[in-house]
Amino acid sequence: MTFGTATGDGERGAGFRVDGTWVGAPVTRKEDPRLLTGGARFVDDIHLPRMLHAAFVRSTVASGHVTSVDLSRVLEVPGVVAAFTAEDLDLGDITPRLDRPPEEYTETSMPILARDRVRFVGEPVAVVLAEDPYAAEDGIEAADVTYDVTPPVLSEEQALAPEANAVHEQAPGNVLLDVSMFASDGIDDVFAEAPCVVQVHTRTGRQNALPLETRGVVAGWDSRAEQLLVQTCTQVPHQVRTVLAGSLGMAESTVRVLVPDMGGGFGIKCVVGREEIAVAAASIRVRRPVKWIEDRKDALSASFLAREQRYDARAAFDETGRILGLDVDVLCDMGAYSCYPFTVGIEPLMASSEMPGVYRVPAYRVRGRAIATNKAPTAPYRGVSRPQHVMVMERLVERAARELGLDPLEVRRRNLITVFPYTGVNNVTYDPGSYLESLNLCERVIADEGWYETRRAAADQGRVLGIGYSCFNERTGYGSDAFAKRKMQAVPGFDISEIRMDTAGAVVVTTGTMSHGQSHETTMAQIVADKLGLPLDKVKIQQGDTDRVAYGWGSFASRSITIGGTAVALAAGNLGGKLLDLGAHLLETPRDNVELGDEGVRQRDDPARGLSYRDIADVAYLKSHLLPKETEPGLQASASFDGVGDGTFSNASHGVVVELHRDTGRVEILRYVCVEDCGVAINPQVVDGQARGGIAQGIAGALFEKVTYDENGEPSAASFLDYKVPTACEIPDVGMHHIETPCLFTDNGAKGAGEGGTIGAPAAVLNAVNDALRPTGVELNDTPITPQQVFDALTGALEVAP
Amino acid sequence: MTEPDKVLLTLKVNDAVHEVAVEARRTLADTLRHDLELTGTHVACEHGVCGACTVLVDGDPARSCLMFAAQAEGSEIRTVESLAGDDGSLSDLQTAFSANHGLQCGFCTPGFLMLAEGFLAERPDADREEIREVVSSNLCRCTGYQTIVDSIQDCAERRRNAKEASA
Repeated sequence: MTFGTATGDGERGAGFRVDGTWVGAPVTRKEDPRLLTGGARFVDDIHLPRMLHAAFVRSTVASGHVTSVDLSRVLEVPGVVAAFTAEDLDLGDITPRLDRPPEEYTETSMPILARDRVRFVGEPVAVVLAEDPYAAEDGIEAADVTYDVTPPVLSEEQALAPEANAVHEQAPGNVLLDVSMFASDGIDDVFAEAPCVVQVHTRTGRQNALPLETRGVVAGWDSRAEQLLVQTCTQVPHQVRTVLAGSLGMAESTVRVLVPDMGGGFGIKCVVGREEIAVAAASIRVRRPVKWIEDRKDALSASFLAREQRYDARAAFDETGRILGLDVDVLCDMGAYSCYPFTVGIEPLMASSEMPGVYRVPAYRVRGRAIATNKAPTAPYRGVSRPQHVMVMERLVERAARELGLDPLEVRRRNLITVFPYTGVNNVTYDPGSYLESLNLCERVIADEGWYETRRAAADQGRVLGIGYSCFNERTGYGSDAFAKRKMQAVPGFDISEIRMDTAGAVVVTTGTMSHGQSHETTMAQIVADKLGLPLDKVKIQQGDTDRVAYGWGSFASRSITIGGTAVALAAGNLGGKLLDLGAHLLETPRDNVELGDEGVRQRDDPARGLSYRDIADVAYLKSHLLPKETEPGLQASASFDGVGDGTFSNASHGVVVELHRDTGRVEILRYVCVEDCGVAINPQVVDGQARGGIAQGIAGALFEKVTYDENGEPSAASFLDYKVPTACEIPDVGMHHIETPCLFTDNGAKGAGEGGTIGAPAAVLNAVNDALRPTGVELNDTPITPQQVFDALTGALEVAP
Repeated sequence: MTEPDKVLLTLKVNDAVHEVAVEARRTLADTLRHDLELTGTHVACEHGVCGACTVLVDGDPARSCLMFAAQAEGSEIRTVESLAGDDGSLSDLQTAFSANHGLQCGFCTPGFLMLAEGFLAERPDADREEIREVVSSNLCRCTGYQTIVDSIQDCAERRRNAKEASA
């Protein structure tokens, strides 16, 4: 594919494809200039007149009853203006709901500020307002809070022990969700009779999504608009509005949520937090705007976390390596509270539904549980469960290959779904993908680059190299039907887009999705520009304003380009229809004799004859007496789109080469290859960027990052010194390769691309490490893999599994 | 408790001289952002690890969250706002970041730009491995770093080519 230049920006990829479309071209991003010059506006860049700064008094104990909160000394601190407890603000709780029976789901609530109980270290107890953030920090240190401490519940063993303390009274056993979504008839017989049964027991570390920009908000009453203006970095502005208004007892129309530039989210910002609500309520009490910016310590320890899961999985195979059955028990440590709107079901239900993945699994049984512990709560994090359960599934395949003496890639090939649409044992219908093709290409790239020879030669020199793969799909473009299967009481799915053309022929398009780094201002503009024959600079995307966007579900689950991108395309198409109607009328030619192109409407039989959009807009706005009788003035249109069926599945295969260092136990990644298929790539450079960034986060989970606690529940990785975020020296370059299997129901064939990288990386890295450890007989199953484990494995200090 | 004393400072930032009265404990990052309203410099960890707050102090990259504003008196400070031309045109370094998709959310980007600006001034001949080593000074959560290394390498090569062409 070659690219032309559209805007005269010279050689640097600002052009469109030579076939004349913006979609598919690696255009430079519309977002970049402001982000590169310091001209962007993030939430902490906002300053309002008379603005105060908030800091939170947070629980210093993991579990206990609050016996007293004395803020009198706080108010004596210079610069402190006010301080409020839960009792002072009297706010409604956040209560996420699932439509499941009590034996499956226990509903719990998260108060905005803790009242009588605290459930994790860092839980907000009071909010302090001061003239500057330094004084607010001084203020929280003067707070005197006493607790009647109870023993914390910090692990699965403690949570499920018969005499365990209850994190929530209504869930005495600390199980908030216990669902068996699938149990194939006769599955016990399948396992009893199978020639090969393998087991994998895995634990994965608790992680932080870790956007570089922490959470934050600026809230204040806007007297002119008669609205509470809440400027906050959220992936879900409308959901924040709903919950915030409910908690404060206000009509939603009196709350406007506005999202400034956002410094990443990765899921942690797609739930409704308590701090933004407390700050909004406090701002109303003091009748001044209030800003809160989370510090890194709180972001690491008292925000939302994810990924702490335990799997007991077994799979049955026949002698040729074909899967006969899959039997899984997954338990997710969701911390102290359920998140809105997803609930504590987010991780166990995702794992239960998606576990069979890219393989043909004839019999399936799964039990998914969510337990409550005295740790910071969980939110969705890029990939949600799939990085974990794909790793477990890929480990099962690798184990079977070892037991049967088969090539693990051959075992995969014998089980991959190759005929589409395919309806699985999990009652999910997969649309066409390239599962086998992507694996074959991935293996060929690794082989062609000579890594198998390198591994052999290295072994002769006493070096320890391993090659590992992963194969997975990722459901994107969930519609409301697909989400309804989760039985959430707030059911996401559709997106609405409105488009307006102005008097100069440029358009503004709204989307209910919420870009926080994914480049939607560029990619959605590419979609709209193609629909209307416009240059990119005449398309502006508007998002993140609850007054401007009728309703939206924001950005998560790789839904933005599939759902939101189709909605903007349909809206643009509807506006195109109006332009054609009006153009035909003004040209006095039949409607079927006009088409859109190059910023105007032209006649098919005489392309030299046409009207520019500016000409048409001139009539629509400034000479409306020339409009046909039934035609309304103005140029605007709207459309909505909802995902179809079970959504659309992106897929990929990853191949990794690692070297294990004998002296330190370090795992060094020598090569990373990704073959991805997200259907039609709207902007290939952006797709590559999403994959590479996702892979970095997956590697982080596989090798480095883990949220830890001491025996009292005190977070012990509350800074970047202990929570080890990988740098450019740990993250390798990633060789990207593409296969394109277009989605059949999105407007342009695109599938989602946001999460795949993260999903595939832990499995591929773990498999590569285990391949390297093959001579030792050790097989590792848990992440993050530590240098100590690798060192012990290489020195024979680890017990070899029987 | 008494009101914290403020100190009167003269800071030279992006070739402009500013007088500010700030508490002695106020960091350079907060002073740049909230007193001088140069909000392009970002704060993401406040303990000197992530590098989002990197600015140039007398030409060298420094963590402005680890410096008090008072320590910057007498120094020449440069922030991301100094890179583009007066007409808003992007510098070659900024252009290279955009062309190579070296940024996604853009929050860490000013820190990487100032890190690279200082580094390339000192080591214009740096190869990819040296650049990678320097890029590992800062954290990015979006890109996986590869395109940040690409961007800086691209800029360095263009500068070298331009120098050779004019030699």
